Parts: sequence; C-alpha cells; structure tokens
Amino acid sequence: MYRKGKISMEMIWQGILAALRLLITGDPEVIEITLLTLKISGTGTLISLLIGIPFGTLLALKPFPGRRLVLSIVNTGMGLPPVVVGLWVSIFLWRSGPFGFLNIMYTPTAIIIAQAIIASPIIAALTCAALQQTDPKLRLQIRALGATRFQYTWLLLKEVRFSLFAAIIAGFGAIVSEIGASIAVGGNIHGQTRVLTTATVLEVSKGNFDIAIALSIILCLLAYGATLGLTLLQQKQQGGP
Amino acid sequence: MLKAREISWTKDHKTILRNIDFHLFSGECVGLIGPNGSGKSSLLKILSFLETPTSGLLYFQGQSVPRNVPLPIRRRIAIVFQEPLLLNTHVFDNVAIGLKIRGLSKRLIRERVDYWLEQFGVSHLSKQLARSLSGGEAQRVSLARAFVLEPDILFLDEPFSALDAPTKEELRRDLGQVFKATQTTTVLVSHDFRDILHLTNRALILLNGQVMAEGSPSELLKGPQQEDVEHFLQHYSYK
Repeated sequence: MYRKGKISMEMIWQGILAALRLLITGDPEVIEITLLTLKISGTGTLISLLIGIPFGTLLALKPFPGRRLVLSIVNTGMGLPPVVVGLWVSIFLWRSGPFGFLNIMYTPTAIIIAQAIIASPIIAALTCAALQQTDPKLRLQIRALGATRFQYTWLLLKEVRFSLFAAIIAGFGAIVSEIGASIAVGGNIHGQTRVLTTATVLEVSKGNFDIAIALSIILCLLAYGATLGLTLLQQKQQGGP
Repeated sequence: MLKAREISWTKDHKTILRNIDFHLFSGECVGLIGPNGSGKSSLLKILSFLETPTSGLLYFQGQSVPRNVPLPIRRRIAIVFQEPLLLNTHVFDNVAIGLKIRGLSKRLIRERVDYWLEQFGVSHLSKQLARSLSGGEAQRVSLARAFVLEPDILFLDEPFSALDAPTKEELRRDLGQVFKATQTTTVLVSHDFRDILHLTNRALILLNGQVMAEGSPSELLKGPQQEDVEHFLQHYSYK
C-alpha cells in the first residue's frame, strides 16, 4: 500500500488524498496506530494531571524554603526537550539500569512514563501561575467563609478551572506531538509502540512521503480534535459566547 | 459577645495597632471610623480572626480565643469586604457556598439562600453569573452570602465605598431594615460618617492605630473632642 513518490505539489495532494482514503476506508493499521497514540498520550496527560496539579498547587499556596528555586526548575521543565527525557528514561529503564527489573523498556508503559515526565512540569507551572494570579482578597474571602484548608484549595482550583483546562490542552499538545522520547523508550515497534509521530518519521525515512503526509494530517486532526473538545468544554464552563 | 484587650499589631516592622481595647455586646452595631491608614480594617481583620495580633487577648462569648482559632469559632462569624469578591459561578452558588462548606443539606441551603436573596432584592438574579452583575447587585449578593450564614457576628469592611451615591444610599437603607429585623451583632468599618450615623449604635474613632474617641455617633459629632479628633471630623466635613 505504501508508494514512493516524488517531492512535489502532486505528492502533497496525493498525501491529502491518501489521508482521506485512510480515514474513510478505516485502514486497520492506521486506526491501530491512532488508537495507541490516543491511549498513550491520554494516559500520559492523566498521570501528569495527577502529578502536576497537586504540585503546582503546593508551589502556589504553600510557602517553604527554596520555593522560588523549585518554581524556576519547574518553569524550566516546561521547555524540557523530549529527547533528553527519552535518554534519561531509557537509562533508568534499560535492562541493566536501576529499574531494568521492571522489563518495560520498549513498551507503551515506557512511553507513557516519558510523556508524563514531559507534561507534568507544564501542568504544574501553569497551575501554579493560575493560582498565583487569583486575587489575594478573594483568598481572604474564602478563608472568611470558614473553609477548611482542603475546601479553600478546592474552591481556588475551581476558580481557576479555565486556566487548568488550558494547562491540560498544553500538556496533551506537547506529548501527542513529541517524538524524541517515544522513539527512544518505545523503539517504534510495529504493532506495539508505533505511534503517529514515530510512524510518520519512519515513512519519511522510507521515502513514502504521501503516507507520511497522511499520518501527519491524522496527527494534526487528532491534536485538533482533542484540543477542540477541551476548548468547547472550557468555554461552556466559562459561559462564553 | 466579643472582647479585645490591649491588642497591638506590628507588620513589616510597622506598628499598625496600639493597645486597643474593644468590646461588642450582643445585638449592637458598632462602627469603626477613621481616615485611610488609621488601622480600622486591620482591627476588623484581627477581630474577625483573619489576622493574629502581635500582643493582646481576644475573648469570644466569654472564652479566650487561642492564637490558632478553631474552625467552629471561625464559622460563627461572617465578613463582607469593600469589593463583593464573588466566585466565578452563579449567584445562587455564591450565596450557598458558605452553607455548602458547613455541610448543610440541599433542602436547607435552598430555603435559606432563596430567603436571603429575596431579603436583598436579588432573587431574580439567582441563575445569573456573578460576573454579569452591576456593582450594587454584586454587593447585595455578597451581603446575602454573609447573612445566609446567620452569623453570631457580622463584620462589614467599608461595604458601600465602591458604589455610586444613589446605589449606596439605597443599599444603606435596605441594610438598615435588615439590621432592625435581625438584630445581627455587627462591626461596621467605614470612612463615611453617614454610614455610621445611619447604621450603628456606637462608634470608635481610630487615628494612627489607636482608639481616640468612643460614643454614640451623634455624641461624637456634638461633643468636644481632642484636637486631632476634631481635626479629623472637620477635615472630612462631618462638622
């Protein structure tokens, strides 16, 4: 089904047509890759939410020695190169590495771990920034309403929920489009760890530009679809037009 | 109901309150008045347990209040600030929030919220988003949110100062009626003597973090005062 093509406008059109054909005919391989991509990046986002939101909340609301230093490290983590994460996760998960006994190198779990590491600082930093921007008087008002510490934190998080949606969008966007970590710890194994980004690179390396374009379009549609869903949910919550 | 003895408060090496004695009896409305920076809002924060004094003692219903104020005591007071400070949700949910925090049943929450929205003339706004309200409407919602808690003491920190004159006048009148009906024990902070005259039985004038005069609002206006109190009253055209 893969055909080598010339790099031309015709090839771009062929790519778009191939993408449509793959989408309409429901090519099993593409569906499998797409579903795996969704599963891996969705789980990675979920885990990074569970890590990032509490950590960002702690950074925003709990003063402790060295907080600014930690915050600067977390902010730096927003730009963490995926390939660096891939390298370090590989070192730790390598058969002879500290967590080699888990035998999860070159599995979807390894990619999920790497992607969660990439997205967690993004979500933590954006959660922290959102909470720090809340009006200190509003915080005082919530305390004055007799809230416990947990209720206080929960109400503040609800107050910044639109920013948290933006954090989720940013986190998911970062990991669904990354390749460095996925290829380093996943290995792009057909039927096991091949996701849309790694499959695209593989097709480019084989000269199958039309298929690569098709996969890239599906990846963009996937990223857009997920982001659109989250954006609609965000705007609905906000009561926007 | 509430008593403060020799309260002093220093923040960032600056003395904000000095040796303040204060008492509040059940059912009365006491005014705290003074120019900007006189320490009236700081005193309110200490009396409402939002800040801890550097020295001095607080007594609530005859019991000494520990420095780490227990939640059940904190939940017996309510505060309305200068700005309405509403959460980004619907009016009903804003008024209900304190009751939800206290774990009341849904039925009781609905009854009480509906009642207090009605009392402040904003029941028709119940389903609106708080951010769509005008300043006066938002402050009415903020007052309903405080009264719905049926607090032992209500603290009002310049609740009218962000409103325009007609809105302010109308809200002051309505609040006066609610006070008459409920006999809520209240501390009202204001820099406008008209608020004090209309709403309080007794007032304290604060200057530079100290109580300089105390008495009924009309007495304070009439009687001869210390030079700096006279100066304050004249400067703000109260005399």
